[in-house]
Amino acid sequence: MAGSGTLHLRPEGDQILSVEELVVEFPAGGHTVHAVSGISFDVLDGETLGILGESGCGKSSAGRAVMQLPPPTSGSVRLGEDELTGLNDQAVRKRRARMQMIFQDPVSSLNPRRKVKDLVAEGPRIWGTEVTREQIESVLSAVGLEPAAVWDRRPHELSGGQCQRICIARALMLDPRVLICDEPVSSLDVSVQAQILNLLEETKKRYGLSMVFIAHDLAVVKNISDRIMVMYLGKVCEVLPAGRLADRALHPYTRLLLESVPEATPAGGSPDTGTQRFTGELPSPLNPPSGCRFRTRCPLATEECTTIEPQLREVGDGHYLACHNSGPGAAVA
Amino acid sequence: MSSSSALLGKRSATEPGSPVLVVEDLRTRIHTPRGDLQAVDGISFSLGRGETLGIVGESGSGKSVLGRTIMGLYTDGPVTTVTGRVTIAGKDVHALSAKELRSLWGADVGMVFQDPMTALNPVKKAGVHLTESLRRHRGMNRSQARARAEELLNLVGIPEPRRRLDQYPHELSGGMRQRVVIAMALANEPALLIADEPTTALDVTVQKQILDLLARLQGELGMAMVLISHNLGVVAGRADRVAVMYAGRVIEMADAATLFEAPHHPYTEALLAAIPRLHQPPHVRLEAIDGAPPNMIAPPVGCRFAPRCRYAQDDCSQVLPVLDPAAVDGVATPGHSFACHHPVNGGRH
Ligand SMILES: Nc1ncnc2c1ncn2[C@@H]1O[C@H](COP(=O)(O)OP(=O)(O)OP(=O)(O)O)[C@@H](O)[C@H]1O
Ligand SMILES: Nc1ncnc2c1ncn2[C@@H]1O[C@H](COP(=O)(O)OP(=O)(O)O)[C@@H](O)[C@H]1O
Ligand code: SF4
Ligand code: SF4
Ligand SMILES: [Mg+2]
Ligand SMILES: [Mg+2]
Repeated sequence: MAGSGTLHLRPEGDQILSVEELVVEFPAGGHTVHAVSGISFDVLDGETLGILGESGCGKSSAGRAVMQLPPPTSGSVRLGEDELTGLNDQAVRKRRARMQMIFQDPVSSLNPRRKVKDLVAEGPRIWGTEVTREQIESVLSAVGLEPAAVWDRRPHELSGGQCQRICIARALMLDPRVLICDEPVSSLDVSVQAQILNLLEETKKRYGLSMVFIAHDLAVVKNISDRIMVMYLGKVCEVLPAGRLADRALHPYTRLLLESVPEATPAGGSPDTGTQRFTGELPSPLNPPSGCRFRTRCPLATEECTTIEPQLREVGDGHYLACHNSGPGAAVA
Repeated sequence: MSSSSALLGKRSATEPGSPVLVVEDLRTRIHTPRGDLQAVDGISFSLGRGETLGIVGESGSGKSVLGRTIMGLYTDGPVTTVTGRVTIAGKDVHALSAKELRSLWGADVGMVFQDPMTALNPVKKAGVHLTESLRRHRGMNRSQARARAEELLNLVGIPEPRRRLDQYPHELSGGMRQRVVIAMALANEPALLIADEPTTALDVTVQKQILDLLARLQGELGMAMVLISHNLGVVAGRADRVAVMYAGRVIEMADAATLFEAPHHPYTEALLAAIPRLHQPPHVRLEAIDGAPPNMIAPPVGCRFAPRCRYAQDDCSQVLPVLDPAAVDGVATPGHSFACHHPVNGGRH
């Protein structure tokens, strides 16, 4: 199956994570859910890649497949020098420790019966590594918690923001190279969301991490990312430097997302433009449209879009676009 | 989209010019095993025909309890204590019998919640949800109700409405279900619509479609609307006035443009500053608000925002500020009020 191409992958060098032709499919009563259909991406050392898209477009499936939780249907995932796909469980687990995942719902991703001090020490202990009180205190301070105040508490005695700090502390205990964050601030209030975004940025610098940051909020993704990959129904639409998102994005789907964002400004976010140029909702991943998967909602769709799947092409510095009819050199537009 | 002129037949019972909704010193106290919690603590406002009030605030600030108390879903009884008064289309909501309340919900006020499935019965077809209400409240016969249900689905932008009438909720997407719920809420052309996070569970592109739809229908039907959201962007450009809640109280209220442009309350200012903005370059440090909202069982004495407020002074933790009208340079700014001892952006009482 053709993905959206690999033109946006950078020459071998500083990659900490390389993902090629990733496919994730789930069986569903005799049918197949095409959650991720052959996407590729790479993350350079110290870089944050943002993955943007609406619910159901395959962001979490891609994130979990990179973690080998479960392994992808096909495709390759390399962490530094190590190929993760095709290894046995034991070997995968050992290597995967260098890659840690943070989830959307911080409270339910923590064992409710454990106290903070044990939650934080859990990872290394599983590997048989002794953890000192000083280590736990230092990582709790690093995530902005007062060790003495939370030491003996359990998750339900903490706020959502505090639980997310604990999740980050747990990940840091395993000395990861890459943090995969799946909607880490989506369930938090804006005041706390800002605390956690700042914390992730600081933590990344302090620990020399790279990040994959998955979210549906455009401004949040822009704030934390160096590079952004926009997904639609299991495919890549556009890859661009984060700084270009607001005014240089070209793909009709990225443009639709930008037009839809309700911004908290005096003039008002996404006022009714009257003309509903874009309509409809995400088609079923059981039976994705042929050609370009966005064509059922795209105002620029032409005959070609139903038969030929667009591949990523370079349209600017570090900017790649998969669309027949937009961007420089397009037939129409 | 078909015209909604057929829906304009019925006029609300409200006198022209008199408010559709009046809320007076409303207080809702919830009795919990850990202690009593003042979820809504002295809120007053009124809303006229065709007007939209946005209510924003962080999780737990009391937005939903306020909405539900207005609806009469929280009443004075063993689990909750309600004081103050709510008047909808001239009726004192908390003085109504259970039967009168049901007729109020069917006819005078519609509601839309975050999760459309709470309003839909999974074993009933979409059409049945609509026809039942039309037959009960409007006395229509089966075929009249079905024709009207089709018209309503068309009105809320559902393609192929006739086919959709016979589908079950699980056969519809989230956005489509929310449209059905909106059609149900509007079936009897209520004078008031209460929408509590109507788009929070939806994707941003569908959210825009639903917000556009609500705005258009509201304009056409002349309803008053209370639009509750934790997302300030959702109410920006959609609400005429915005009330900001913190720990059970409205701490600032103003017309939407003023509130977003020059808020006087430090919490409103901080909330706006904490939002990442699309036009900012990547990696700018966000202005987080330290700490977390107070425990509502034992809220701080004085201003409830004081423990997190960068402008707090000694009087703040002693005297509870009340919501009073604002003035700038001695000139009253109509419709703007705030509750703070040391306001920002030149605001004074
Ligand atoms: N049935 C209940 N029993 C006990 N406490 C309740 C109940 N309903 C609400 N509360 C409490 O009342 C306060 C206000 O809750 P409410 O649901 O109104 O908040 P909200 O502003 O709607 O928040 P969100 O943005 O999360 O929807 C919270 O402290 C909440 O925990
Ligand atoms: N375990 C699973 N079994 C079957 N389908 C799944 C499973 N996990 C995800 N899917 C489906 O795969 C698609 C992509 O889902 P997901 O990766 O969770 O999207 P996102 O994170 O972008 O919201 C969706 O259609 C979803 O319903
Ligand atoms: S113009 Fe064609 S290729 Fe481009 S997004 Fe629209 S449907 Fe896809
Ligand atoms: S009253 Fe004091 S603590 Fe409260 S918001 Fe105003 S300045 Fe801050
Ligand atoms: Mg997801
Ligand atoms: Mg609520």
